[in-house]
Amino acid sequence: MFLAQRRLCSLESRAKFLKTIYSSKILGLPTSAKMSLKITNAKRIEGLDSNVWIEFTKLAADPSVVNLGQGLPDISPPVYVKEELSKIAAIDSLNQYTRGFGHPSLVKALSCLYEKIYQKQINPNKEILVTVGAYGSLFNTIQGLIDEGDEVIVIVPFYDCYESMVRMAGATPVFIPLRPKPVDGKKWSSSDWTLDPQELASKFNSKTKAIILNTPHNPIGKVYTKEELQVIADLCIKYDTLCISDEVYEWLVYTGNKHVKIATFPGMWERTITIGSAGKTFSVTGWKLGWSIGPNHLIKHLQTVQQNTVYTCATPLQEALAQAFWIDIKRMDDPECYFNSLPKELEVKRDRMIHLLESLGLKPIVPDGGYFIIADVSSLDADLSDMKDSNEPYDYKFVKWMTKNKKLSAIPVSAFCNTETKLQFEKFVRFCFIKKDSTLDAAEEIIKGWNRQKS
Amino acid sequence: MFRNAAAISLQLMGPLQRKKAGASVTRCLHQTLTMAKRVQARRLDGIDHDPWVEFVKMASEFDAVNLGQGFPDFPPPDFAVEAFQHALSSDFMLNQYTRAFGYPPLTKILASFFGKLLGQEIDPLKNVLVTVGAYGALFTAFQALVEEGDEVIIIEPFFDCYEPMTLMAGGHPVFVTLKPGPTRDGELDSSSNWQLDPTELASKFTSHTKALILNTPNNPVGKVFSKAELELVASLCQQHDVICIADEVYQWLVYDGYQHVSIASLPGMWERTLTIGSAGKTFSATGWKVGWVLGPDSLMKHLRTVHQNSIYHCPTQGQVAVAQSFEHEQLHFGQPSSYFAQFPQAMQRTRDQMICSLQSVGLKPVVPQGSYFFMTDISDFKSKMPDLPGDVDEPYDRRFIKWMIKTKGLVAIPVSTFYSVPHRKIFDHYVRFCFVKDESTLQAMDEKLQKWKKELRP
Repeated sequence: MFLAQRRLCSLESRAKFLKTIYSSKILGLPTSAKMSLKITNAKRIEGLDSNVWIEFTKLAADPSVVNLGQGLPDISPPVYVKEELSKIAAIDSLNQYTRGFGHPSLVKALSCLYEKIYQKQINPNKEILVTVGAYGSLFNTIQGLIDEGDEVIVIVPFYDCYESMVRMAGATPVFIPLRPKPVDGKKWSSSDWTLDPQELASKFNSKTKAIILNTPHNPIGKVYTKEELQVIADLCIKYDTLCISDEVYEWLVYTGNKHVKIATFPGMWERTITIGSAGKTFSVTGWKLGWSIGPNHLIKHLQTVQQNTVYTCATPLQEALAQAFWIDIKRMDDPECYFNSLPKELEVKRDRMIHLLESLGLKPIVPDGGYFIIADVSSLDADLSDMKDSNEPYDYKFVKWMTKNKKLSAIPVSAFCNTETKLQFEKFVRFCFIKKDSTLDAAEEIIKGWNRQKS
Repeated sequence: MFRNAAAISLQLMGPLQRKKAGASVTRCLHQTLTMAKRVQARRLDGIDHDPWVEFVKMASEFDAVNLGQGFPDFPPPDFAVEAFQHALSSDFMLNQYTRAFGYPPLTKILASFFGKLLGQEIDPLKNVLVTVGAYGALFTAFQALVEEGDEVIIIEPFFDCYEPMTLMAGGHPVFVTLKPGPTRDGELDSSSNWQLDPTELASKFTSHTKALILNTPNNPVGKVFSKAELELVASLCQQHDVICIADEVYQWLVYDGYQHVSIASLPGMWERTLTIGSAGKTFSATGWKVGWVLGPDSLMKHLRTVHQNSIYHCPTQGQVAVAQSFEHEQLHFGQPSSYFAQFPQAMQRTRDQMICSLQSVGLKPVVPQGSYFFMTDISDFKSKMPDLPGDVDEPYDRRFIKWMIKTKGLVAIPVSTFYSVPHRKIFDHYVRFCFVKDESTLQAMDEKLQKWKKELRP
């Protein structure tokens, strides 16, 4: 101890000596001027600081506002999920680190579930990665596989992080919008919004590294058909590109529609990363667990990103999720299985929401999947005059006005667009319907009141 | 392109045919022709190797006592377990997203708790970011502030992720080594004996230096940097306008009356320091993966940008449990009943017990002032058994560990893993033990050591 102290003293005096030598006063440099010179952010995040959710969640946080904005269920997760969760806290081993690429019982459950769906063997350790939400899977995929100078095709409207993550990786997003087919007399459906195959083909070139596909689609609710996916698959194969398939809403598909996995198409398993979400599967968005499934020659790069970013995800919730999966895997044909019961429950809510929006005189696009509905709100002719000086798109202003004046919040669809396409979608607003009946009742009251005001 | 693809397909055909027996040849060829271009991003170059995989595999294959990886094998304190239980079974809305940058009651308690410790007014919304473990905090900091052309000073030996995280951000790691001073015969080496040479440290700063990463208490040495040592680092950071990333995950695990000092509390340092903490290490709950960063808004805003473009939200319930655990601690802080006092006291006893035990087989521990770990000098083994089996260029300590796992049933970590590649051959005579273990683990260790000791007798 004494020796250590002696050494410490000598170090201290040396430190003081050096401090004098290096004192900025002697070097004649003003400290405050030097301080701000270098502390700048890395270029990779340049321009990525604003975020639609941060802005609008704050706005909707007022408890008097009926929040149909953020995709957050206010319904309870299924009872057995809550039960598994409460058992978990009693298991001590779950309080410590688990396997970095995914808790063993969870990857086993995921492999078992998805083997049935993909009709192929899926190696739980080499072909599955558990991530911090599907958001984390998108990040791992893009950081792992997309390079500076690459092009990535993004379909508009898009879940907003696709663009920012692609840019953060130093790559260039190449946009292609979904275009509406004219509808005469019948209800506007998400299936009426399609990609023009020639336009899509024109976006592919030798620099195209990947295309990001989201089915069921947020915000429109489109469920891509086999034929539509074949067009995309053919182009991926022709141009030797990857397909990043965001399928978080895979279970939320309504009557008359079927979720199809592009990774099951010939030639596609080898080039596709399919992303799923516990939050969307079991209505537990706060668990932030997602997964990527794909061939090992791609997954291994996502795993490299994992070991250099978060290393491992939280243990207890992974175990609870595994247990919840085992319960439902055993009864996949049962109507009680959450994968079957939730879409049934949500279809009723969807139809109710459609009806409400129609009663306001709007023409909502009936979604074939997902838990959002978009509608053109310009016919409401809201008085946005006090925001006329803002150069925000119409839907941003509308949502702010609606939140303030009608105590109803939603999300502006132009937030899901790039600069060039914002105008195409700026009259659209997105409503979330994975809400409990009392929330939808409150929304109904507001809409009835609104109607009375109009007439 | 097709010529290359054909060559690749010939190589891949073999394993693919085994995998897809019966599939048509055309489909096989079709699939092997996929992704002829290089698929992974360049930022992964040189960072894909995981040094832990081999040892984890070996530890499970042989019946070995795991004193390697740094996690407790005993439960978190009761109040923390209760807090987690409560978080999981109370308000069902806790199953949904919370505020992206941190569950508000958690950021509030972190701000007030650490504000007092750092002597700084901390705003829970602007100066606190909750991350997925301290690991996630480190990643967020590097991505936000380090880029191509930047140099990052890393003090060796270092927690192994600092180097790949620097590289992934396009930065250039610049190493400076903690060097042990001489020890007197018969005396055990101490982590306080391991020091930076001030002149050498100063020489590492250039106009390209963006950040210095400081880990105190240090893993693997166990060094607790003194105020004087921190003042030296601080003055150089200010001099050269460098950011200090302070990894302080073991801040409560300090022994022998030493004091943890946060460099952010020194004059002029709050503005340029990011202080990283870990709930896992604080509450013996590494599996919760809740960490945080504290710092000035001018830096934190950039971390928030990375955060919202990487994982966006952290899981809610873990944060709720950590908030409640801190609230509990705040009531007891400074008193003998405080976990932050009791836990290091208990670990000091475990440390001493393990140090004593390991010496009986000729391992020479370096007594740590802090952290979960201590290193032991294996030079004697190196001179007595220089040719342990291993790969051609494998450092001695790795070969020693494999031998120890296989023949002695004990797992530790080779310290060369924590050194830059050029230095691995020089610092290949230490292995790291984790002593934050249960009584039963220590007993199992003692049994293995008894056997080992018997085998030492001629």
